[in-house]
Amino acid sequence: MTTKDNATRISQLIQVHEAEIGSQWISQLEAMIVRGTSSSREQLRMHCQQFLSAFAVATGDGELENIEHRSWDEVRDLLTDISSTRAKSGSTPSETASFVFSLKQPLFAQLTAAFADEPSTLAAASWAVSSLLDKFGLFTIEVFQKARDQIIVRQQQELLELSTPVVKLWDGILALPLIGTLDSARTQVVMENILQKIVDTGAEIAIIDITGVPMVDTLVAQHLMKTIAAARLMGADCIISGIRPQIAQTIVHLGVNLEDVVTKATLADAFLVALERTGASVTVARKN
Amino acid sequence: MSTATDSAVGFETNLLERNARQRTERMSLPLRGDEDVVGLRKHVRERAVAIGLSLVDQTKLITAASELARNTIKYGGGGAAHLDKLTDGLRQGVGIVFIDNGPGIVDLTLALRDGYTTGGGLGLGLGGSKRLVDEFDIDTRPGEGTAIAVVKWKR
Amino acid sequence: MERIPILRMGDLLLVTIQVDMHDRLAMTLQDDLTERIVRDSAKGVLIDISALDLVDSFIGRMISNTAAMARVLDAQTVVVGMQPAVAITLVELGLTLTGVKTALNVEKGMTLLGKNLNR
Repeated sequence: MTTKDNATRISQLIQVHEAEIGSQWISQLEAMIVRGTSSSREQLRMHCQQFLSAFAVATGDGELENIEHRSWDEVRDLLTDISSTRAKSGSTPSETASFVFSLKQPLFAQLTAAFADEPSTLAAASWAVSSLLDKFGLFTIEVFQKARDQIIVRQQQELLELSTPVVKLWDGILALPLIGTLDSARTQVVMENILQKIVDTGAEIAIIDITGVPMVDTLVAQHLMKTIAAARLMGADCIISGIRPQIAQTIVHLGVNLEDVVTKATLADAFLVALERTGASVTVARKN
Repeated sequence: MSTATDSAVGFETNLLERNARQRTERMSLPLRGDEDVVGLRKHVRERAVAIGLSLVDQTKLITAASELARNTIKYGGGGAAHLDKLTDGLRQGVGIVFIDNGPGIVDLTLALRDGYTTGGGLGLGLGGSKRLVDEFDIDTRPGEGTAIAVVKWKR
Repeated sequence: MERIPILRMGDLLLVTIQVDMHDRLAMTLQDDLTERIVRDSAKGVLIDISALDLVDSFIGRMISNTAAMARVLDAQTVVVGMQPAVAITLVELGLTLTGVKTALNVEKGMTLLGKNLNR
């Protein structure tokens, strides 16, 4: 009995008993559902039917080892759709994989009945079906992860492209709060934005607030220093505010020279310094 | 045209053909006088814009080219610049090879470490130019000449 | 021979650099400025580089030298309008333009000169 023969027999077996296998599979799955609407059950039934037919036909092509083979294209596409649909409606990757794995039992039941008198064929067929479904189960998990990765990459791009928020505190004084972890690429983009904003608004003082930056490494510190130097060349000045104790320690350890840069613990302090520089001052009005 | 300029310069170096498989559209320009530096800047800018380099990267590349071109004329006795469009399959870049058969650089380590001084210092500024580009290679032999190859890739 | 025009406004000289200068032109400008400071008894020099998308070490040195010579002649120099890409490149290059004051634009440059000249 060749693999191809086995494959043909399994394929035919499934097709002949499709309805029975299908309903057993569906009842198993429905038993596992904790919360389901009628439309989600309807969708589940549809997924099962589609997968089962495609699986049955493709098995007949004989490629029981390699699910990347052309003959499995339709099945893979179907599983990709099912996986994304389920992901969108809140299924976990395990739930979707279980969707595939739970087909084993109904299939084994049919195989056992059909090959009752052929133990070695039964063994071979069971193994073939089992490992096939294992591979497809893993496939759904991979699809899920790829979709997630794509979302993450897209969000990273969006973050990178988000312009640095700029707050005009006063005539000629800008505040630029930096938020989040700064990596080298993002820092460069942010720094270029800061300089452009300085030109656009004609602000002579830019307060770069790093309260929202949890960590600073050498590269980021260097970029900060370069930005300040560039701003000076352009005719503006920068004050760094919001330096938390941990960052202060890091900066000292890294040996970054902050000698001619004004640094303040809070944005408020920095604002006062900036005001003084522009010749303004704050007085409290007396209410009479 | 490239061969003619090379033999005119007369300095044998493997830097000229280093990116042979990756390069297309080589433009060769003589570097003899002042105006040639301006011309080179213009062509480098055109190439940089064509491959979509960001404004900052354009500025860095053209500035480095200006520095190195001036070195070629001032210290190398004149020479040539070969401007290439590069691709490594994934990204595009601009490559420039500066070549002269002048006295060569005797102390390379010192030259690379050299900073700028204001007020007429003779610093070659190689260290600075190196920071402006992604790849920087020198082939120099005292008494024979110098070749410097730089590359800037589109990020 | 082409020259970069120098405008006189009271005791201030204003230069707007708009072309891609080759080295000789830069040297000519340096000479011209020095001469005009003396001739016009200028107290301040404003160099507008807002149209320059490139400042290399030669131009940088020219600016520094001009400022130094102006100071010897009792005049202040302010460079205005440096573009961000140029500033970033100069920092990377290691060029510091010491002795040169800078401002974001001509207006602020003049304010700066006015302050320093105690007017």
